Amino acid sequence: MARLSEANVRLALEIIGRYPRPRSALIPVLHIAQAQDGYVSSDAMRHVAELVGTTPSEVLSTCSFYEMFKRSRPGAYQLNICRGISCFLRGADDLIERATERLGIPLGGTAPHCPVSLEAVECVAACTEAPCAQVNYRYFGPLGASELDELIDGLEAGRLAELPPHGVLSTVLQSPSPDRLAGPSMPEDSGPPAWWERRQERETGKEAG
Amino acid sequence: MTVVESPAVRLTVDGRAITAAPGQLLIAACEQAGVYIPHFCYHPRMRSVGMCRMCLVEVDTGRGPALQPSCMLPVSEGMVVETASDAAARAQDGVLEFLLLNHPLDCPVCDKGGECPLQDQTMAYGPGESRFTEEKRHFAKPIPISDLILLDRERCILCDRCTRFADEVAGEPLIGFQDRGSHTQVNTFPEAPFDSYFSGNTVQICPVGALTARPYRFKARPWDISETISTYPNAMGDRVSVHASRNQILRLQGVDSEAVNHGWLSDRDRFSFEAVHSPNRLREPMLRDESSGEMQAVSWSSALSLAAAAIREAVDAHGASSVAILGGAGLCAEDQYAWVKLVKGIVGTDNVDARMGDGLWADLLCALPRASVADACHPGGAVLLISGDLREEFGTLYLRLRHALLNDDVALVELTPLETSLSSLASVSLRARPGDTALLTEAMLSPQRGESVAGVPTKALAAVASMLKRRPLTVLLGRTSLAESPAAVERAAILLARKFPQARFLPLLRRGGTVGALDVGMAPGLLPGRVTLASASDWYRSAWGAAPEARGLGTEEVLQAAAAGKIKTLVLLGADPVVDFPYSRLASEGLSAVSTLISVDLFNTASVRRADIVLPAAGFGEREGTHVNVEGRATAVTAQVTPPGVARRDWQIAAELARLLGGDLGISSPRDAWEELARLSPLHSGASWEALRTDLDGVLLQAPPPADGEPLRPEALRLADLEPPEAAVVPFDGYSFRLVADRTVYDGGTVVGNCPSLAAKARPGRLRLNVADYERLGVGGDGAVVVTSSAGSLVATAKPDDRVPPAVAALAQNTAGGDPRLLLSPGDAVCEVRIEAASLT
Repeated sequence: MARLSEANVRLALEIIGRYPRPRSALIPVLHIAQAQDGYVSSDAMRHVAELVGTTPSEVLSTCSFYEMFKRSRPGAYQLNICRGISCFLRGADDLIERATERLGIPLGGTAPHCPVSLEAVECVAACTEAPCAQVNYRYFGPLGASELDELIDGLEAGRLAELPPHGVLSTVLQSPSPDRLAGPSMPEDSGPPAWWERRQERETGKEAG
Repeated sequence: MTVVESPAVRLTVDGRAITAAPGQLLIAACEQAGVYIPHFCYHPRMRSVGMCRMCLVEVDTGRGPALQPSCMLPVSEGMVVETASDAAARAQDGVLEFLLLNHPLDCPVCDKGGECPLQDQTMAYGPGESRFTEEKRHFAKPIPISDLILLDRERCILCDRCTRFADEVAGEPLIGFQDRGSHTQVNTFPEAPFDSYFSGNTVQICPVGALTARPYRFKARPWDISETISTYPNAMGDRVSVHASRNQILRLQGVDSEAVNHGWLSDRDRFSFEAVHSPNRLREPMLRDESSGEMQAVSWSSALSLAAAAIREAVDAHGASSVAILGGAGLCAEDQYAWVKLVKGIVGTDNVDARMGDGLWADLLCALPRASVADACHPGGAVLLISGDLREEFGTLYLRLRHALLNDDVALVELTPLETSLSSLASVSLRARPGDTALLTEAMLSPQRGESVAGVPTKALAAVASMLKRRPLTVLLGRTSLAESPAAVERAAILLARKFPQARFLPLLRRGGTVGALDVGMAPGLLPGRVTLASASDWYRSAWGAAPEARGLGTEEVLQAAAAGKIKTLVLLGADPVVDFPYSRLASEGLSAVSTLISVDLFNTASVRRADIVLPAAGFGEREGTHVNVEGRATAVTAQVTPPGVARRDWQIAAELARLLGGDLGISSPRDAWEELARLSPLHSGASWEALRTDLDGVLLQAPPPADGEPLRPEALRLADLEPPEAAVVPFDGYSFRLVADRTVYDGGTVVGNCPSLAAKARPGRLRLNVADYERLGVGGDGAVVVTSSAGSLVATAKPDDRVPPAVAALAQNTAGGDPRLLLSPGDAVCEVRIEAASLT
């Protein structure tokens, strides 16, 4: 779809400025693209490549490595059912099967009748709530068959409107103070790190002592 | 500088004590010691990544044996390595079973079958049977990732070789891994093909049949192929392996020569073998019928006797200086020598020139201390680039230099009219406006006042000066553009050589063996061995029986003399001045005015179509001999197939003509020619025919110091005797544009045009302008502009290009987008042009 908006380009350039090499800002800038459109479009990847000074192919390599970067427009609700070991032991497979049947879509698909995309995901670190699911990265669990039905009913009827859109993962944008930025200096040009110097001091002190 | 030799590291491999260089990778150290460790991802010319895990071996560094990938492990003192222990064998067996999980095993229909590392290693180290009964991963069968390359992702084992090559070696990361885990695949970005000038190398290094090149797909089986190591006749003399079957060359592969190409080739050269079997090759001698003007096939004997008669008549009626020979750059050194001996020793004219008016002063190139590619890439050195874009003209040199800039602390200073493909890696880029090359060199060599010289900040010049004080200098010396007079570059070279006596120079002349041709005396005033007529004519007169008395004419003078009716018989040796000579009108007039035009060529070129006698010659892959590259490195050229029709080798044609002219070259094989050359020319004496055929790196030609009792040999050219030519500095007026006539790989050249795979990549050239200039001119939507110089005008399509500095206009030569030669006139220091948006009428 779209390239980054003017405001987002400004934000991207500010973030790029925090790194010694522009390419290091690739992932944060991809987040901006996803926040803007809800997914990372091919145009956005081309634009990101221009901004960080690399090829679209490298942007795609990085973007496609991370499942949470979407490359096609998902539904307004991203339903992720955990298939980690705890959830698996407590019946995640049944939940996943039920969800695919209820929504009539395979894993990775988006339902035609309601704005829901379905995925089975690796452990979401909520084993105490197993088996659990996320909608737009907000937790729901533990889920039995009836709780899942209720959740899907709610999604189909649009009753979960208060959930934030899934494109926005990083709800807080950091703005570090200028004195804490690494700036454009190259790692190989800077001196040894502070911890190394401390260690050297300690070791020479030990020898002397 | 003293080199501190670090002591060798001692280790034990399979119970045998070996030594290795400190820092060497275990896999390389073992290979060197004759112990082969199976591998897929490891490639000696690229960074190790440890992707395939095939090179696991048992290593004990004092903490007990453990499996380690030998491509990621530098050797260390006392290391004990078992490459074939039970544990290592089990690990390798297991890795292969994993690699084969998703591999389709379609070997019977796979081009790689029979030469496939995966197949070979499965036979040698693998399980033989798979326990995997599930469905394999499926992808669409081969998808084109460029016009030339196809990718079969099912066969891919994700070794990262092609993607590393694209990123690290070529610097064009256009292919990469996509997705993750068992879904990982290599692919391009949608609609962004892998259009690299070097893409063919990925096919060569692919350890499975995942990458295939269109020109070779389904053409042959490896066991039906015979191969020989030869040299590709380009300026670098890239070492290649020529693969042929049933008298057809089927593919070329790069050979890893440490001194030359490190195994790489550019696509332009790799796929150019298609031209060898082009239907447009000349197959038989032809003669122009006087009445109809049509070409008619004739026998060799009548064609040669007519050619000899034309030469004899011209010599008898108008003297030897009425005969001239142009070209010969594409020939082997033996062929060049045979022709030089024929022309200078038997015909007696010195009007010989292998350069097509786009070269540099031959005496200067012979006198300058010659650099090797290794000198240019030597760690800690500085390289001064005075030339066009290396990537467009000297592919493998570009790769070698790029690697050195990134990895070996080599500093690059550019003195080029346009931004080049190496600009982003250069320490200092001096954008020399055409005509200012010599001026800026002078400014670089002495302290400057003021803000800037010729638009270049004084600070940048000072930075270069201080760098050259610290680093040994290698100058890559070529023509910056046809539209700048060579005097500017020649003057710069002499000034640099005087200021830095230790500096070395690598002459970058296009067209294969041009520099080697100068070494055998294929230029006016020169004789074989980088010696002049003045110093060596007695030497060669005693050997040949005759030698020219006076210095002859170069290409431009020959064509001028021809146009004035002073050249009666002109021989073109694989030369096409109509297309290649910078002043097309002069070339045309010259060729029209001679009485007999004899053309010895491979193809029916524009110049051949104007010839009276056409003699078909053998080309690459069909002839045996020696190639001498820009470094002065001699390497073997071998024959694999027979020439088409009745085409003959160039030395044979020269020997026959000599006989018909009543002389005798005394040459009955290329070896005869080389041995005679090595006997007469001290420069060539160090390279024996056998040594050239055994050493992959060939022999760097160098005259040995004279031995006691040796007859006094001709004195070599001395730089001190050469005066720097005056390079006129044309004041910059700010109204007109300066033209840069540069080169592009896929142009309208004969070779590219006769290779179907490459010809499809040729694009019409655009008149490239700085973005601001482009906007200021108010060019219309179709980009049409009229470019006018004092010599002529042309219509071109303009294109904004941020690699072009302000007030400069660049147009590539020999493309369908307009001929910049129409704008050039002989003798001009620069070419100033006016550019106007074409009015829509």
